Amino acid sequence: MNEYKELSIQGLWKNNPAMVQLLGLCPLLAVTATVINGLGLGIATTLVLIGSNVTVSLVRNFVPNEIRIPIFVMVIAAFVTIVQLLMNAFTFELYQILGIFIPLIVTNCAIIGRAEAYASKNPVNFAAYDGLMMGLGFSIILVVLGAMRELLGYGTLLTGADLLLGAWAENLEIIVFQTESPFLLAILPPGAFLGMGLLIAAKNVIDKQVELRQQQKQEKKVVQRARVTGTDI
Amino acid sequence: MKLTLKSSPHHHNRRDTGQVMRLVIYACIPGIIAQTWYFGFGTLIQVFLAIVTAVVTETIILELRKKNTERVIKDYSAVLAALLLAISIPSFAPWWVIVIGTFFSIAIVKQLYGGLGYNMFNPAMGGYVMLLISFPMQMTSWLPPLSLAEQTHGFIDAVYMVFTGYTSTGFNIEQLRIGVDGVTMATPLDSVKTDLSQGFTLTEAYTNSIFSGIYGQGWAVVSLAYLLGGLMLIKTKVISWHIPGSMILAAVLFSGLFYLVQPDIYASPLFHLMNGSLIIGAFFIATDPVSGATTVKGRVIFGAAIGLWIIIIRVWGGYPDAVAFAVLIMNMAVPLIDYYTQPRTYGHKSS
Repeated sequence: MNEYKELSIQGLWKNNPAMVQLLGLCPLLAVTATVINGLGLGIATTLVLIGSNVTVSLVRNFVPNEIRIPIFVMVIAAFVTIVQLLMNAFTFELYQILGIFIPLIVTNCAIIGRAEAYASKNPVNFAAYDGLMMGLGFSIILVVLGAMRELLGYGTLLTGADLLLGAWAENLEIIVFQTESPFLLAILPPGAFLGMGLLIAAKNVIDKQVELRQQQKQEKKVVQRARVTGTDI
Repeated sequence: MKLTLKSSPHHHNRRDTGQVMRLVIYACIPGIIAQTWYFGFGTLIQVFLAIVTAVVTETIILELRKKNTERVIKDYSAVLAALLLAISIPSFAPWWVIVIGTFFSIAIVKQLYGGLGYNMFNPAMGGYVMLLISFPMQMTSWLPPLSLAEQTHGFIDAVYMVFTGYTSTGFNIEQLRIGVDGVTMATPLDSVKTDLSQGFTLTEAYTNSIFSGIYGQGWAVVSLAYLLGGLMLIKTKVISWHIPGSMILAAVLFSGLFYLVQPDIYASPLFHLMNGSLIIGAFFIATDPVSGATTVKGRVIFGAAIGLWIIIIRVWGGYPDAVAFAVLIMNMAVPLIDYYTQPRTYGHKSS
């Protein structure tokens, strides 16, 4: 299989950092109260992932094996600082809402994990693409979880889109239903755990269905080969 | 560490699950009558809504899981969980509160963990805590007992109230909560907690019209009615005395300790027993055979710890009552308790 295709499948589905590796759960559960919060953090994480993967891949032949982890962490921290300053400059309100979770991207295991497991062993083009796909996979889950919680909790979608996308996006907000007593559980962290569990369960169901279908295909093949097994003895 | 344990009953029992569950449901009846007598017909409507929701939810999920629906529905466990949740929430809460709560109890707390026998947490209390956290306003709108209420309300009013938020004569929940003295009434536990936090002594707190002596009007009778049902359960050997006994004893001892030290700030053990949901919790909720401890020693520890937690949360915590939280906390400890309290097998020395 083409390496790019393989990387896409790994990042978006088979090895999704949020749903399969369960990495970076802290920001995942803490900030996904709305779609935009999730999207903002997702984009920030993706940028850091791409940057750190590229840099780590570039320096991979010069880094002494014994101190590679501190070096990777410094690279990641540098990129997080860049992203943090950029958000501070261009999306100040979102920067305030996400608060501590932007600097905390440094500690997101998904990033150091990709640096260690992939970028430090592969050429720069693949490493960059891997960072993009892993970041996208993470962002998609952030957005989906944010949508679930925002819909259940506030009855809206895309509240505060202008914080991330500029003033024109104010009209993007969709009010699905209005309620006087919001479903607080969905907005609180326990709701994030429940939502995350449901998402993982849904993924497992889909995987099982796919597996079942493949098995049925393979069973047909086995029947065809049954006639020639005697010749090996 | 292997945490599996052969579950009770280890003795032969002629009752099946359905019969046990039904007996518990029957034992609730005196309490439900008392609750209806003092707090209006809302309770009955909540019970009805809860049971319908529970049976529908359970059926749908069992169909999805391709289980034998008819057999499982007939064990009445879903009905019992729904009933316990319905009598725990304020009688005039809007209909969607109990529907959401029951759905959560059955679908998430019970069936997602694998159904009856596999649920780690008490379904009724899981649903209750979810509701309390999600809808604090609806879940704390308790009515004063009818004898103290400024507005009387009948069955029709209860139906209107639950489904529309207004009685047939147009009163809303806040107006119904006003007592004879023209002040919104809280539950006995809530009113004492508020008064204490404002620097009043207990003697002053007891002058609130909801009290007669140290007992909340109506609340004490409801507790006694559930006590009667609970004793019936012990008499018919549906539950053992270990959990309710140790739970009540621990609560009495612990609150008695406080009471002895400073009777003006810490309420007496009798106050803790008769107001709030300690009795119903001890006999009907903590005794859930699935999510509670199974060994004899374990049951004593389990019950005592719940009693302890209730007093801790009532005295220092943010919530006036604590049975649901206490039960859920100890549900988490059950595997550990059962692991360390395995009875000695005959012929083996105690380790």
